[in-house]
Amino acid sequence: METILLFAPLVGSLICGFGHKLIGERAALMVSTGLLFLSAILSWVIFMTFHGDTEVITLFRWVESGTLSSDWAIRIDRLTAVMLVVINTVSAVVHLYSWGYMDKDPQWKEGESYKPRFFAFLSFFTFAMLMLVTSDNLLQMFFGWEGVGVASYLLIGFYYRKPSAGAAAIKAFVVNRVGDFGFALGIFGLFYLTDSINFSEVLDPHNAESLSHQTLHFLNWDLNALEVITMLLFIGAMGKSAQLFLHTWLPDAMEGPTPVSALIHAATMVTAGVFMVCRLSPLLEYAEFTPNFIIFIGATTAFFAATIGLVQNDIKRVIAYSTCSQLGYMFVAAGVGAYGVAMFHLFTHAFFKAMLFLGAGSVINSMHHEQDMRNYGNLRKKIPYTFAAMMIGTLAITGVGIPAVLFSMGDTPIGFAGFVSKDAIIESAFAGGEGVARYAFYMLVIAAAMTSFYSWRLIFMTFYGVERGDQHTHEHAHESPLTMLIPLGVLAVGAVFAGMVWHGDFFGHHYQEWFGTAIYENHDTNHVIHDAHGVNAWVKVSPFIAMVLGFLLAYVMYIWKPTAPAALAKQQRGLYAFLLNKWYFDELYDLIFVRPTKALGTFLWKKGDGKIIDGTINGIAMGIVPWLTRLAGRAQSGYVYHYAFAIFIGLVAIITWFAIGGSAH
Amino acid sequence: MENLLSIITFLPMLGAAILVVFLRGNDDYAQRNAKILALVTTLATFVISAVALISEFDPSNPGFQLVEERTWLAGLTYKMGVDGISVLFVMLTTFLMPIVIGACWTVTTRVKEYMILFLVLESLMLAVFCALDLVLFYVVFEAGLIPMFLIVGIWGGKDRVYASFKFFLYTLLGSVLMLVAMIAMWMEAGTTDIPTLLNHEFSYAPMTVLGFQIMGGLQTLLFLAFFASFAVKMPMWPVHTWLPDAHVQAPTAGSVVLAAILLKMGGYGFLRFSLPMFPVASELLATFVMTLSVIAIIYTSLVALMQKDMKKLIAYSSVAHMGFVTMGIFALNKQGLDGAIYQMLSHGFISGALFLGVGVIYERMHTREIDAYGGLVIRMPAYALIFMFFTMANVGLPGTSGFVGEFLTLIAAFKANTWIAFGATSGVILSACYALWLYRRVVFGDLIKESLKTITDMDTREHLMMAPLVIMTILLGVYPALVLDIIGPSVDALLENVTSAQAAAHAAMALN
Repeated sequence: METILLFAPLVGSLICGFGHKLIGERAALMVSTGLLFLSAILSWVIFMTFHGDTEVITLFRWVESGTLSSDWAIRIDRLTAVMLVVINTVSAVVHLYSWGYMDKDPQWKEGESYKPRFFAFLSFFTFAMLMLVTSDNLLQMFFGWEGVGVASYLLIGFYYRKPSAGAAAIKAFVVNRVGDFGFALGIFGLFYLTDSINFSEVLDPHNAESLSHQTLHFLNWDLNALEVITMLLFIGAMGKSAQLFLHTWLPDAMEGPTPVSALIHAATMVTAGVFMVCRLSPLLEYAEFTPNFIIFIGATTAFFAATIGLVQNDIKRVIAYSTCSQLGYMFVAAGVGAYGVAMFHLFTHAFFKAMLFLGAGSVINSMHHEQDMRNYGNLRKKIPYTFAAMMIGTLAITGVGIPAVLFSMGDTPIGFAGFVSKDAIIESAFAGGEGVARYAFYMLVIAAAMTSFYSWRLIFMTFYGVERGDQHTHEHAHESPLTMLIPLGVLAVGAVFAGMVWHGDFFGHHYQEWFGTAIYENHDTNHVIHDAHGVNAWVKVSPFIAMVLGFLLAYVMYIWKPTAPAALAKQQRGLYAFLLNKWYFDELYDLIFVRPTKALGTFLWKKGDGKIIDGTINGIAMGIVPWLTRLAGRAQSGYVYHYAFAIFIGLVAIITWFAIGGSAH
Repeated sequence: MENLLSIITFLPMLGAAILVVFLRGNDDYAQRNAKILALVTTLATFVISAVALISEFDPSNPGFQLVEERTWLAGLTYKMGVDGISVLFVMLTTFLMPIVIGACWTVTTRVKEYMILFLVLESLMLAVFCALDLVLFYVVFEAGLIPMFLIVGIWGGKDRVYASFKFFLYTLLGSVLMLVAMIAMWMEAGTTDIPTLLNHEFSYAPMTVLGFQIMGGLQTLLFLAFFASFAVKMPMWPVHTWLPDAHVQAPTAGSVVLAAILLKMGGYGFLRFSLPMFPVASELLATFVMTLSVIAIIYTSLVALMQKDMKKLIAYSSVAHMGFVTMGIFALNKQGLDGAIYQMLSHGFISGALFLGVGVIYERMHTREIDAYGGLVIRMPAYALIFMFFTMANVGLPGTSGFVGEFLTLIAAFKANTWIAFGATSGVILSACYALWLYRRVVFGDLIKESLKTITDMDTREHLMMAPLVIMTILLGVYPALVLDIIGPSVDALLENVTSAQAAAHAAMALN
């Protein structure tokens, strides 16, 4: 069953990509979508019936050299089971949604066949992502890691006529490679120290503990082996999950078609970093510096991305920064040791964020591919189902629910999915103690207010107020077809209920039994979930208050006094430009990385190769060759094979001499 | 069969002889016959070598197999044989040559001579990998350059004379030094038999030359002399500048042979001579060689980034990839040696395919200028797919053969020196930059250039040339045991010889 689940998307991708001429476009799309639904159903079967013990199915050998050995294998544990459900559910509905969204795409000319390619890439992505989460060793994980990177590259660059799409695709791949650089070094280091890259050995807590006492001579320093390794691996996670400093590719990735943004850049691929950190929990449990670093990066990203989200005008970019910010939340949870909570938010976020993206896609579809919210307004009556979906998504992401101090059903709080899981993170952050975890707590609460503000701003600008922009577009605004609305409905169920239903499993008192051996907690030091259950009431209500404040401010600025935003932007011109230009990261990187690299490349080429190396060689040639040719007058003919012939004759002469000398010896 | 290797090696030469003697005239008919005969010959060579590998070669035996020995002229010995390391280079050569002949199909000038040269070249290359006698090795190693000179010099582009001249100068320097070293080896060991030399311990007592104290003595000197030759062949930084020029001027088929097979002779030389015969010197100079390798990886990747000529870009990328090979070899551990051999084989398929890919559009547009292209995906979807595949293989995507070699050499380098591994791993980022940027400028974008509006997609011949390379790249990417199982025992034996010799040397030095 696991094997079928894993390979069905690959088969679908190959049939759809290569066989569409043979079986027809419609049949090809049906095959890939159908196989994805099969995978999704099997995933739910595994998720619901999983008993808690890790299961490994070895397929066949992969790289084996000396003591290095790695297999292609399928490892099923609770972490994998959660990821399977997330990946395949979202992927299946995104496949279905794409039937509607990609139909008659105006980017393509009449008669161009682009849909089979799109579906093949989507299915291929799903396969790579499944390989990532089912791997039993770091190498197969790296295969999936880079595989999803390629799929993401291909899908971001899907509209290949647009130069901006091509640029965004390369940026995504290269920035991810910077992260992979760290990931790869981490794998090398682990192999060097433990002689294995298989999870069964690497993730053994005894191994982790012994690593924490070892020293690794890395570059010029003698450092704690475990800290170095975990830091390097986390750099990989930062790249994939678009954390601060390696986040610049994610907003640009919105160049891809919207279903891609929903699947890859919201629900699945970007969460791979969080998954990785949870997977490596035994290593992190014995490290000290790295978890704090993870908390710091996560909290700062959550704050930083939210500030940018406040002022963006492109509907997809707002959601992209929101994703970036929410991933920061997950890292904070993982950093304080609440791995289950990180996975919980990953799980719920997949539903509501995918829904927000697909909803945005539905808006874009109805507005003739207009993405600028300044040209929207008052759309709620024209596209009521989309409006409803976006509302549910917004209620979920902003965290609407009844604070548990007021009312709850037993242990289960009442609220939308995002409310339950986000509150769990904020409580865990507070329970993480003083120091960087406390910093994270405040950052996350502030970010929660901003999340609420920009999410409601999106709703108000899009669905309320007056119609702005092209009048003709507004007149022809229409609701999307059923293939697009059904996926919204499915995800809506998750966005509403996923938090309440699985609260007990991910965050309840028996979460340890539920996760089994999939995550490891060092009970001597890690009591964070226990402490999180007992935090003060003010901690528990603070995200709720932040959410309400964000909503009220958005209401005031975009419904009550619509002139306020422009006035504020004018008054705070510097700050506004700073946020609108995304803290000038792109400009900065261009200045310190891109241009110097190109300049260095040109310098090495023209001066290094041209002047110095060839200059020297030519100098020698100019000195020696005329002398040689004077010696052998006939060789001046300039034909190269004369020279070649000359050297051959010379060789024969030398060998003859050598041979005769040999017999004389 | 006793002389199986000789049959494989000289079968192409026989084909060439038939062409010389029997083929007359220069009309279309004769040209066609020349191509067909060459193709049949190379295919037959491949089939025989494949059968030989499967039925006669025992992968569990680390020693030389299928050995033949005969007296040659003037007291010299003709000795051939293969072990786990060389047998796959033989296979690589016989596998690629039919594809190379396929790439010659559109040539119309002096077809007969062209075919003869490629067939002779194949024989000489095979002989390099099979030779078990120093003199035989030297003769075929150097003679192999002559057909290549001629292929570049006669069928090449407009600066072909400059390019082949440069090629000639560089290799001359290396060969002279290697020859001197071989004479010295024969004088010290009294034999030119390679298996015997492998077990000979060359002196490593420190010596003084021109007032300089030389650690590792004779071994170091011999090592450096061989190094001069192999480093040029690889090519290693800073003696690499002949390669981009040679590639740019070479015809497509010439580029394929050059990148896919000829470059591997340098790496093979390190494995066959430098490492096992001069283990003490190898250890002394390992960091030096690895440093040059890392410089090559970063330096040439940066240079590749700024190239305007497609072939030059891929040529620089080849130098970077060969950097992984030398780095792996001189990491002096199991993963490094496995990875280096793997990287060489894999690069044979991938770089061969990339040069074929450039050839496909060069034949249509007669320019290699990157700026002359753009938006090819619109009229050439199949080409876009295949070029994308090999671009990804070139950047070492897991699942393609390019990954396995890079990964193993890097993991080996990490064991040896973290600085080296750090530098070389950053090359992985740079390779993504230049390869994807090239792809974007050539294949993506809108097709607006008037000259490209009628360009046609790959035809059946081109598909047939690419298909085997695609299959091999995936197969070796997914199931590397195919190669690693064959090279394993020989690599283990090599490594054990080297480490025990080094250990003995350490012990001896400690006594002094």
